Amino acid sequence: MLRQVEGSRAVAETVSRCRPHVVAAYPISPQTHIVEALADLVAEGLAGTCEFLLVESEFGAMSACIGASAAGGRAYTATASQGLLFMAEALPNASGLRLPIVMTVANRALGAPINIWNDHSDAMSQRDSGWIQLFASSNQEAVDLHVQAFAVAESLHVPVMVNMDGFVLTHAMEAVDIPEQSEVDELLPPFRALHRLDPDDPVTIGAMVGPEAFTEVKYLEARRQLRALDVVQQAADRFAAVVGRRSGGVVSTYRVEDAEVVLVGLGSLLGTAADVVDELRDDGLPVGLMGVTCFRPWPFDEVRNTLGAMRHVVVLNRAVSVGAGSILGADVRLTLAGTPVVVHDVVAGLGGRPVTRDLVRFLLTDAMADRLSDHELVFPDLEQALAARALEAELAREEVGP
Amino acid sequence: MTELKLYQVGTFAAGNRLLDPSERTEQSGAGRTNSITSGHRACRGCGEALAARVVLDAAMRACGGRMVTVNATGCLEVFSTPYPESAWRVPWLHSLFGNAAAVATGVASSLRAQGRDDVRVVAQAGDGGTVDIGIGCLSGMFERNDDVLFVCYDNQGYMNTGAQRSGATPAAASTATTRPVGRRIGNAFGTGKSLPAIAMAHEIPYVATATVADLHDLERKVSTAIRLHGSRYLHVLVPCPLGWGTDSADTVRVARLAAESGFFPVFEAVDGEVTEVRQIRRQVPVEDYLRLQARFAHLFGEPGHPDVVARLQRQADRSIARFGLLEGEPS
Amino acid sequence: MNEADAPRHGTVEVRIHGRGGQGVVTAAELLATAAFHQGRAAQAFPSFGSERTGAPVVAFCRVSDSPIRAHDPVLDPDVVVVQDPTMLHVPGIQAGLEPGALLLVNSVRHPEDLPLPSSRAQVVTVPASELARARLGRPLPNTALLGALAGLTGIVSLPALQRAIRGRFGGAAAEQNAALAEDGFRIGRDHHATGADHAQAG
Repeated sequence: MLRQVEGSRAVAETVSRCRPHVVAAYPISPQTHIVEALADLVAEGLAGTCEFLLVESEFGAMSACIGASAAGGRAYTATASQGLLFMAEALPNASGLRLPIVMTVANRALGAPINIWNDHSDAMSQRDSGWIQLFASSNQEAVDLHVQAFAVAESLHVPVMVNMDGFVLTHAMEAVDIPEQSEVDELLPPFRALHRLDPDDPVTIGAMVGPEAFTEVKYLEARRQLRALDVVQQAADRFAAVVGRRSGGVVSTYRVEDAEVVLVGLGSLLGTAADVVDELRDDGLPVGLMGVTCFRPWPFDEVRNTLGAMRHVVVLNRAVSVGAGSILGADVRLTLAGTPVVVHDVVAGLGGRPVTRDLVRFLLTDAMADRLSDHELVFPDLEQALAARALEAELAREEVGP
Repeated sequence: MTELKLYQVGTFAAGNRLLDPSERTEQSGAGRTNSITSGHRACRGCGEALAARVVLDAAMRACGGRMVTVNATGCLEVFSTPYPESAWRVPWLHSLFGNAAAVATGVASSLRAQGRDDVRVVAQAGDGGTVDIGIGCLSGMFERNDDVLFVCYDNQGYMNTGAQRSGATPAAASTATTRPVGRRIGNAFGTGKSLPAIAMAHEIPYVATATVADLHDLERKVSTAIRLHGSRYLHVLVPCPLGWGTDSADTVRVARLAAESGFFPVFEAVDGEVTEVRQIRRQVPVEDYLRLQARFAHLFGEPGHPDVVARLQRQADRSIARFGLLEGEPS
Repeated sequence: MNEADAPRHGTVEVRIHGRGGQGVVTAAELLATAAFHQGRAAQAFPSFGSERTGAPVVAFCRVSDSPIRAHDPVLDPDVVVVQDPTMLHVPGIQAGLEPGALLLVNSVRHPEDLPLPSSRAQVVTVPASELARARLGRPLPNTALLGALAGLTGIVSLPALQRAIRGRFGGAAAEQNAALAEDGFRIGRDHHATGADHAQAG
C-alpha cells in the first residue's frame, strides 16, 4: 500500500517484515531514524520474536550480528561513515565466514574533517570487504532492495550492504509502497544457515588457515562473488514477479538506446539526472543515463555492453581516492579498455554538496561539445579561485627553508 | 593448645579415590567431554589448554551438553584450530580479538529469538582480549547483563604474539615490551587493571577468580556460573611456561604459589559484593613464587632488586588484607 | 500566484525557513502528505544538520502531478515561507525567488513594513503566531501558514491539509491545528480574492 513516509521509517518497516532474529543498533547520523523506528517496531511486537540489541559501538553491532548469524539467526544492522570504519575489522570477518548479514549504510562522508552529509566515500572504503554492495536510487528502491538483499545474502551466504544516500534519501518523505508481509514471506523463506552453532551437531567455525590453503579459500570467495551478479538479477526478477514492480538488478539504464553521451553514477543523483536527460532530449541531444545498482561485484559485462558503443561516458564520482583518483571511474575505464569510448572522470557532490540539475546539464552538454577534459580528474563544483589561492599559500609556506 | 592442621598429600588431587564419587572432579572421570581434545598445538605445560578443558568439561556436565562457545583471537584459538584440524568437540566460533563478548551477546540473543535459549553461551578470551582490546565490548555486555558466561584465561601478557605486556601484566615482570634494560625494572608499578573489580563494579550476577592449581574450586565455580542467567565473569590464572619462563612441569605449582602468596586472590562475588573467599592454606612469601619465573629473574642475583621484591610483597599483603585471605573477614 | 502560473512539468516547489523547534520540517511533511492525499506526488525533506533548537532550519517540499525523481535541493522555489520574522535578514532567505513567486511571511506587519530588502516575489504576511496563540496557547505558526498557503495558491485543499494534520497529531492538538489551518486558509483565500498584500486576521 502506498504511503507518504520518511525513507528511514520505510526501511525500518521493511526490515521488520523480513523477520530478523537480531537487530543490533548503534546510532550515527544520518542512520538514526532507522534504528529508532526499529526499536519502536520491536517493542510494539511488530517484528516477531526479534531481539533488539542496543550495543556499545558499531564494532559491537557488527560483532553481535556475526554471533547472531553464526547461531542460526537472521541478523541486521545499519550504520554510516565513521561507524562503518569502526566496524571495518568485522566486515571481512563476516564475509569470510559466509554469514548472510544485511546492513544499511546511510552514505555519509568520511572525516577528517568531520562531515555528516552525504557522499559515497564510506561505502567506497569498504568495497574490498567481500560484501555485496547495492545502491538505491530512491526510497522505493531502498525498500525493495532490503528484501532482495536478504534473499541474495541467504542464497549465496554472503553479506550484503544496501547503500542509500544519507539525509537525501533517509530523511526524505515520499510516497513508498512497502511490500506486504505475505509478499515478503514468499520472497524470503525461513533462515537456513550454511553452518551454525548447534550442540546437536558441533562444528568449528573459523579455523586458522595458513599459506597452504589461504589462496584457494580466497579464490573460491572471489568466484562466488561473481556468481552474485546472477543471483542479484534473479532476486530482482523474483521480486518483480511477486510484488509487480521492477527495482534492483545489476544496472539501470535510461534512454541509452540511441545515446551518444551517457552519465554514469550511483544512488539518488540518478533521479535528478533523469530529469535533465529528458530536458536535453527535448532539445534533441542524444544523452542517456546509467546507474550501477550492484557496485560490488562489479557488473563488467553489463557496463561494457551498455557503454561500449558510446562516444562519451561521463562518470560522476561522489568520492575521491586521495592519491589515485576516481573509484567508480577507474572501474568504468578498466571495463571500457580497448573501446573507443572517451571517458570523463568527474568528482562532485562531496560531503553533502548537492548534485544539482545545473551540474548534470553542464557535464552532459560540455561532454557533447568535446569541452570536458578526459585526461584528468574534473572537479566541476569546486570553488576554483578559492582552491587556487589556498594551494598557493600552502606551497609558499612549505618553501620557507633554512 | 595449638591446633594441629593435618594435610594429606593428594587431598586436592584431581583423581582422589578417597572422595565420594559425587565429589570427584569432572576431569577425573572417563565420561568427561574432552571439549578440547588432544592433538592441539599448545606448548607443553600450557596453563590455558588445561584450564580450557577443565572449564568447558565442567560446563558441559553442568548444562547437560547444551552449550556453544565463542573464542577470541589468541593462543587458545590459534593452537586449537590449525586448518584442516580442530581440537574442539563442542560448537565453537572464532570471533575477532576484541569482540568475543559482543559476538557471544549476538549468539545468545539469536538463540533466544529462535526459541533455543536452553543452549548456554560461553565466551573465552585471553587477558589481552579481555582487559585491553576487549574491554569496550565486555563492558557493554556486562552493562546490558547479556546472558553470557565470559571466561578470561589470564596468562598476564600477549603470549601468542611473543609475550608482550598487557593491562594484566604484573608490576616488575619482564615481557618483550617491558624488558629490564636501562633504568627499567620490568613492567611499571602503578599500571594495570583488575578485571574482576571492574566486573564487580557492573554489579553483574556472578564474578569469580580461580587458578589451574585447584580443579575442584575451578569446576565448582564453572558449574555455579553456567547455571545462572545474565552476565557472569570468570577470571582464571593460567601460567604460561614460555612467557613466564617457568618449567613446563611447574604450571600447577606456580599457580598454587600465586594463590598461596596472596598475589592472586581467589574469591567469588555476587551482584558486586564479595561473598566467598578461598582462604590461604599456608602462606608463602611472594619471593617463593617469583623465583620460579624467569620473567622475575632480574629481581634476584647480584645485586638484584630487593626493594622491588619487598614492594611486591607489600602488594600481596594488601591483597590478603583486602580480601581476608588469612582466616579473617573481608575488610 | 495561482496554479495557472505553476512552473515547468506542473511541479510546485516550496522552501520553508524557520528556527529549530518551530515545526519547519513538520510543515514540509504536512504539505507533502496533504498533496499525497489528493493523489499527487510529493516530496518533503529538510536541509540537514545536527539537532539544535533555535538554529535556522530550512525544509523543502515538491508537489507534482508526475512522479518526482529528482533529489536535489529546491533552488528555484515557487513559494518561500518564512515562519520566523526575525530571520528576514538571513542571507539566502530569498534566494532563487523569481517574479511571479510568492513570499509568505509570518508577521503582524504589512509587507512594506517588513525589514526586508525589496523582493522580486509577491510578499504576503499572515499573523500566524497570533492565530496559533489563540488556538493552541503557543505561537507555533506552521499549520496556520500552511492553511494560508493553501488558500492563496490552492497547492493543496483544506480538507487534504486537515487530513494530514489529523494523521500527524493526536488528541486535542489534532483538532486545534486543523482549526488553525482553517483560520489561515480563510485569510489566504480572502487575500487571494481581494489581491491585497496584507491578509487581515478575523
